Amino acid sequence: MSLKKKISMTVNGTLVNAEVEPRRHLVDFLREDLHLKGPHLGCEQGACGACTVKVDGQIIRGCLYLAVQADGCVVETVEGLTKSGVLADLQESFMRHNAMQCGFCSSGMLLAAAELVEKQPKASREEVREWISGNYCRCTGYHSIVDAIVDVLNARAKGQKIKPVTAHA
Amino acid sequence: MKAAAFDYVKPKALSDALSLLKQGGDDARLIAGGQTLLATLNMRLSEPSVLIDITDVQELKGISVIGDQLRIGALVTHTEIEDSELVAKHAPLLRAAAPHIAHRAIRNLGTWGGSLAYGDPAAEWPACSLALRATMVIHGPAGERKVTANDFFVDLYTTALEPDEILVATEIPLAPSNQVFYFHELARRHGDYAVAGLAAVAQKDGTTLSHCAFTFFSVSSTPVMATAAQNLVNGKPLNSELIAEAVDVARDEIDAIADITNSAEAKKHLIGVLLERGLKHLLA
Repeated sequence: MSLKKKISMTVNGTLVNAEVEPRRHLVDFLREDLHLKGPHLGCEQGACGACTVKVDGQIIRGCLYLAVQADGCVVETVEGLTKSGVLADLQESFMRHNAMQCGFCSSGMLLAAAELVEKQPKASREEVREWISGNYCRCTGYHSIVDAIVDVLNARAKGQKIKPVTAHA
Repeated sequence: MKAAAFDYVKPKALSDALSLLKQGGDDARLIAGGQTLLATLNMRLSEPSVLIDITDVQELKGISVIGDQLRIGALVTHTEIEDSELVAKHAPLLRAAAPHIAHRAIRNLGTWGGSLAYGDPAAEWPACSLALRATMVIHGPAGERKVTANDFFVDLYTTALEPDEILVATEIPLAPSNQVFYFHELARRHGDYAVAGLAAVAQKDGTTLSHCAFTFFSVSSTPVMATAAQNLVNGKPLNSELIAEAVDVARDEIDAIADITNSAEAKKHLIGVLLERGLKHLLA
């Protein structure tokens, strides 16, 4: 049966028109149809957080949201948020703390961390741990990820910037 | 895994949603936040032929105070409850419970009404609604009817909702100024479903509690009130002897059920642990 629906949404600042089957979840649409490989697909049941993207300004699980539900919405992925500089200090901090390892969870971690930094600028280390507990890192690099986020919270509270990591020739 | 194919419709009015639901029969499913439904579709545990997306239906939205009741629309998300000043003021138990629900990305979409209508005995909102003596506002082909939380949770994932009905909102009596509350759950990872949890409210006068509601979740096939323990505590000065007695009574009265990793005995033990902590917290 052909059940395709016409949808239209803004993805990373660009208007996208498409036809999708209702069963296609948002992260498959982003990866397979729009070739945005930043959002990753992990568990497909909302446990791992690798698929985290933003819809209308809020982080969501891309595997628990249908592309048809995003009709008329503003969708942002790590690609768009990197380009716009929204994630710059978090990305610098992740690099400084080696909080990436294999990198599979990083885009979801960064988006989740960005919402924490915005919503709870005074979060304690414990609150950071609780918030980020929704994103699995199978390299188990949690301490460095928490360190990286706490550094950004501290730096922002003091009005400082995270120093970039520079490569030595 | 990928979901099986289904159709998708997005009505704007409650009346349209109700007729689509009736028309769709057993093959139709409502979708609001979809934070449980999408996972079950992805795993093909559920294969509806049509999803009725009710997120455009205005009657289901918003948090407001109407008379002496806090009205929470079915489509209100966990995040909206977490961030709501009205909830913090009039139903602080809900504000305390919200951060325990999964993780922020899920709370941003998952809804109050979805959680109640699903009736998961391990979920936070069914237990809280029971403790707060909420009333469910339900619309169906015959119009509106109201059901108390006490009568709403019937059995495992089974509520008083008929297949052709939609939960529209709940009404919660505004918290009196002397209300005290406690919410805690014991979970393997923050945000996971609890092994056992307690949502408790009472009115406090000195060291005496009254109107006690101690609701345990994730220990039985529905959220359960420890009525004998409540009756024991009500109206007496609370001290360590009374707390110990209430713990014994609660362990006795609740028919705990084992889950895949925890025995009924372990759950019974945790019921006591939670109640002891809760009562000490309320006394402090």
